[in-house]
Amino acid sequence: MNAILTIENYAKTFCLHERNKLIPSASQVNMSVYPGKLTALIGPTGAGKSSVLKGVYRTYLPSAGRILYRTASGEVVDLAQADEHRMLELRKNEIGFVTQFLHCLPRKSALDVVAEPLLARGVTNEEARRRSADLLAQLAVPAHLWNVPPATFSGGEKQRVNLARGLIAQPRLLLLDEPTASLDLATTERVVSHLETLKGSGIAMLAIFHHPDLVQRLADSVIALSPPIAIVEPVEEIA
Amino acid sequence: MSNKILSVRGLSRIHGEKCPLCISSTGPEYDTNICPHCGSVVAAHDVNFDLYRGEILGIIGESGSGKSSTVKMLYFDETPTAGSATFYDAGEQYDMFTLNAAQQRSMRNKRFGMVYQNPHLGLNFQISAGGNIAERLLMSDLKHYGEIRTRAGDLLARTEVARARMDQNPKTFSGGMQQRVQIAKALATQPPLLFLDEVTTGLDLSVQAAILDLILEIQHELGTAMIVVTHDLGVIRLLAGRTLVMKHGRVIESGLTDQILEDPQHAYTQRLVASAL
Repeated sequence: MNAILTIENYAKTFCLHERNKLIPSASQVNMSVYPGKLTALIGPTGAGKSSVLKGVYRTYLPSAGRILYRTASGEVVDLAQADEHRMLELRKNEIGFVTQFLHCLPRKSALDVVAEPLLARGVTNEEARRRSADLLAQLAVPAHLWNVPPATFSGGEKQRVNLARGLIAQPRLLLLDEPTASLDLATTERVVSHLETLKGSGIAMLAIFHHPDLVQRLADSVIALSPPIAIVEPVEEIA
Repeated sequence: MSNKILSVRGLSRIHGEKCPLCISSTGPEYDTNICPHCGSVVAAHDVNFDLYRGEILGIIGESGSGKSSTVKMLYFDETPTAGSATFYDAGEQYDMFTLNAAQQRSMRNKRFGMVYQNPHLGLNFQISAGGNIAERLLMSDLKHYGEIRTRAGDLLARTEVARARMDQNPKTFSGGMQQRVQIAKALATQPPLLFLDEVTTGLDLSVQAAILDLILEIQHELGTAMIVVTHDLGVIRLLAGRTLVMKHGRVIESGLTDQILEDPQHAYTQRLVASAL
């Protein structure tokens, strides 16, 4: 089967001008992600797991390597180099990211927060909110919370809203950063079975999980990262 | 690319005499936009970007960075000293700075909208709020009194200004309301491109939030492309998909907004992001 995503020698190093420092956050990362399969990233804190996801989504500008993504139309795009408009279009239509924490407006209801990616794709307000309600119900977010902004929610409730928002538009490639970190066992079970269904429908996933048993259950392949070696030489000042 | 609405290349503006050293002795690396040799001010130099339909582009920077000059040139408020801008509209393309004054006026009145930080620049304080909107509708060939009045009322209602206040002078309005009237006026001709210059600066936080929400709703409903100029990272984060960072008349970096905020490349942007509250 053809990989949907192939990462070749990805590296990310932050250059902090003020402190005159280079901070490596990932290096020599290689992997492939396939449709309907989940690739799990494992490794200690600081190994660069999130840095890989953010590099794929281009929230970080990769310092080296290629991130080859095969689009729905069969074209291969290097996400490390892709033009910004192309990147925005892929984010809207093909690549989803469930980040570790929910960032949303404190005045927007959970229902609308989840519906947002559908609205961006041109789905009507009514339809988007209906699908948002369905998904929140599936993820066991209590109905009395749907019309409330998630700011006051518990960690687990917020996380499910975040997850729902990432899943609702059914991206072709889904990036997941610890999607079950603050969930209890029963809720984790619901989320896991939902992810299994999505996998079954052909969605490719690149994920970081907190619990080794989740990796065991969901992952089709596992990539172990180790922290990059610190760079000691001073940076030259660039204007 | 059919999606493009605006293409800006090498846009520059220098106030003053100009000398051959103006460009090579100003900019972020010299920490000034004033030429030490002739005293000219390099308000903006070599600004390049493409804007797509329905897209919101942010331009962030401090006072004197050239961000306002950039949109003022595009709205024909200021004249560039170099560079070009191409506006793509209804299957045609227009080389903006080679148009004659009448053509520029018509483009500005019918196809662009501008909301200024200072409502005195965008509104006529001698006439009513409704009159301000009517003025723009008249310029765009709507002539029937009743129609103009209805449309002006609708626009004010859409921007949440009570119809009952339509015949009052905007002088008597709060700062937030004045901005709403400016937005209603800018939208009167349903322009595909809107410029917003520090529109929430100086307003109360709750008023800022309501105005920014309104801008997002409009973008969603009408698919209006916008260029949002601000010094406020929060405004960029909320509105803009892509961002240009300007300093001393130069674009020092550009990128997807989340990348600019989480992985800024330039020393100045890193400092800017680190100083967010």
